[in-house]
Amino acid sequence: MLVWILFLLCQVGAPALAQDLCQRDAPNGYKVRISLKTALGEDAYEWNQSEMFFFQATMAFAMRRHFQMETYNVDNIILCVQTSRVSFWFVVTSPDNTTMLIPKADVEKAVRMSRHRINNAFLLSDRTLEFLGIYPTLAAPVNPDTPPWLIVFGVVIGAVCVGIIALLISSLLQKRRKEKGMTEDGQDEEDMQVKGVENGINLDGTYNRGFTDDDRFTKL
Amino acid sequence: MQLCCFLSLSLPRAGLKQGPSEHIDNDHETSLPRPKWNNKAEYLLTCIGFAVGVGNVWRFPYLCQIYGGGAFLIPYLIALVFQGLPLLYLELAIGQRLRMGSIGVWNSISPYLGGVGVASMVVSFCVSLFYNTIVAWVLWYLFNSFQEPLPWSQCPLNHNNTGYVEECVESTPVNYFWYRKTLNITPNMETSGSLQWWMVVSLATAWSIVYICFIRGIETIGKAVYVTATFPYLVLTIFLVRALTLPGAYEGLIYLFTWEILKNPQVWLDAATQIFFSLSVAFGGLISFSSYNNQKNNCEKDAVLVGVINSATSIYASIPIFAILGFKAHTNYVSCLNGNILALTNDFDISDMNITVENYEQWFDSLNGTHPSRVSDLNLKTCDLQTFLDQSASGTGLAFIVFTEAVISMPGSQVWAVLFFIMLFSLGLSSMFGNLEGVLTPLHDLKLVPKWMPNELFTAIICLLLFLMALIFCLGSGNYWLEIFNSYVGSVPFLIIAFFEIIAVAYIYGIGRFSDDLEFMTGHRPNIFWKVCWLVISPLMLFVVLVAYVAVQAQTPPTYAAWNPDYVNFPDTEVLPYPDWVFAICVLLSSVPVISIPLVAIYRLICCMSGRHSKDSLHNDPNPYANEDYVVERARP
Repeated sequence: MLVWILFLLCQVGAPALAQDLCQRDAPNGYKVRISLKTALGEDAYEWNQSEMFFFQATMAFAMRRHFQMETYNVDNIILCVQTSRVSFWFVVTSPDNTTMLIPKADVEKAVRMSRHRINNAFLLSDRTLEFLGIYPTLAAPVNPDTPPWLIVFGVVIGAVCVGIIALLISSLLQKRRKEKGMTEDGQDEEDMQVKGVENGINLDGTYNRGFTDDDRFTKL
Repeated sequence: MQLCCFLSLSLPRAGLKQGPSEHIDNDHETSLPRPKWNNKAEYLLTCIGFAVGVGNVWRFPYLCQIYGGGAFLIPYLIALVFQGLPLLYLELAIGQRLRMGSIGVWNSISPYLGGVGVASMVVSFCVSLFYNTIVAWVLWYLFNSFQEPLPWSQCPLNHNNTGYVEECVESTPVNYFWYRKTLNITPNMETSGSLQWWMVVSLATAWSIVYICFIRGIETIGKAVYVTATFPYLVLTIFLVRALTLPGAYEGLIYLFTWEILKNPQVWLDAATQIFFSLSVAFGGLISFSSYNNQKNNCEKDAVLVGVINSATSIYASIPIFAILGFKAHTNYVSCLNGNILALTNDFDISDMNITVENYEQWFDSLNGTHPSRVSDLNLKTCDLQTFLDQSASGTGLAFIVFTEAVISMPGSQVWAVLFFIMLFSLGLSSMFGNLEGVLTPLHDLKLVPKWMPNELFTAIICLLLFLMALIFCLGSGNYWLEIFNSYVGSVPFLIIAFFEIIAVAYIYGIGRFSDDLEFMTGHRPNIFWKVCWLVISPLMLFVVLVAYVAVQAQTPPTYAAWNPDYVNFPDTEVLPYPDWVFAICVLLSSVPVISIPLVAIYRLICCMSGRHSKDSLHNDPNPYANEDYVVERARP
């Protein structure tokens, strides 16, 4: 009889004790905030008791992974203060002694270690599955060896330099061809030189006395 | 050749009716004919490209925004018709008739006003310096647009990867990228900082591209403008289509269609100055371009075409710009609201996504009614769409801060960023053609180029010289210096030069002679509208604008906005006064270009009074109408 009463008390008392351990603003507890619709939109699943159980299992996994020695179970993760946000508080009890809570710092380390796994379990991200007080580590920036802009610059300046050299060379070649052509013409001119009148190619417009109209005014 | 002295300033009309013969086309020291355009299209595209610049995209929409589009267009179009088009026609006509660059042309018209040409050249030189630096900035952003994610979309991490860089967090990633990563700006002008190597690299690229387009003079420019003058229109159309489909575009476009009574007299001043600077007159570049034309070209049509296309481009560019600004305001408004929604949802543990942008007001009212103290503790921001829409920016602020921020929110940001910066680059490059032409052609005409030096080498030397001088804009304080150059060189000197240009042609050269020239070139005399404009309206408008502009400038205190992370009110810019030595430089920059006008006049007066008909006078004013070589000598009886 006594044993049976004790057993009853344990059944009733344990959850009550658990509730005392887990409450809003518990010193060793964390608040979790989940934004399903923001993350998944149309594909958002419903947050129900099964999901809560899944969360307990995930947290137990995280604790096991971190400590590696002790065997944590879903019973060691106590959840409370659920809202429709969805948000709730949780505390972690030690597997050896269910009245003893694991300190906040240890829980944080465990969460940090397995954060990526926890996020993926729920198809969420650091932003939509928040552990208030545990800040996500910032992603290291991707630093390529050569900055990309330098590559684009290299291409552009290479093309421009090639263009400049090509144009300069073609200008030089054109000039040389013209000079060759002109000297050849000049040689022909010398051969065909007519006495007296030099009707040159030069366009200086100097006065050519050969064409003065001297006879315009009759001499007295 | 001058009929004597200081009383009569007009040149003899000798030889006018003979018409110019072919030989005056030649450059004087070589027997090479003057270069000419391959076809009319190249000439028109070059002029349009010169007139249409970055100001059409980032200055005109700003003015429409602050005055209201409908209200601004009226004074703008009036200024175009009565001030812009006459000046444009005048410059194209005298360049085409006299077939020389700015110095040669003004020396021909009146030796006393040869200083106008010199002033044009000096101002073009100074403008080339800072304008190509802006092109270099555009190139830098273009190079950086080929990354995923865009470097101005997020803050970089600090040294130990614990958080973001503080300067970036306090301002915005876009501001941080512009002021720190691009300019590496110093907190004030006294601190010069060091040369930013990435800026030097971009500047070198910009000058190399300008050089390659100038290598063979207008032959290569004419090819380049097929791309640089037309590509911006293609990009603007693409942006137009894209922007009109963005949310919030409609609210942005409202600005274009607001009509307000023209109460503010400032709007007239801004309209007149905008049309004046937009058309790029008084640079000397337009004179140079039209000097390569055939003399029998109808420059009246060309002038009207270039002027109208320039204004039409401004208006056309405003549409996508406003649409995108509206989209940006809408995005900011929505993110502001979402911040408030998240705060409310988290604090009151309301179900996720129950509060939306649409029902935010009702939720806010009900929560505020029931728990006012808790709501006020949240410090929610007031989100007003109109406040976001009213944020306006012009100049580099529009392109590098506002627009880059808008581009981040558009899907496919890299494509839009690349397109936008290539468009700005084409606009800037085609304007640089005109700027540099205003420097090179007068130097050729002044016969300052040694005969042994090929043109390519001379152009290279000038480009190298300009590049080295522009390195001051690559210092830490470079942006402050650029603003000074922009405000003091790129404003008052042009108004003065244009005023003297129009006085020279209308009163000193004579409207009668000018009409004869126009009749020779276009086949008909200019009608009464042009004559009235040249004689009365345009000089009057220019004079009034000049006086008003100087008056307004004199009233604004000489201050500048400095980016100082240690400032108390950071991220607001700190307003600092110019140091005295900087202010002295500002005054110099405004006055030195135009000081050549009185100096040359006085010099010629002194020469003339001392009675010397030196060889210089023949050399410096190659009057195409008086050709001593064909004087018929009377036979001695």
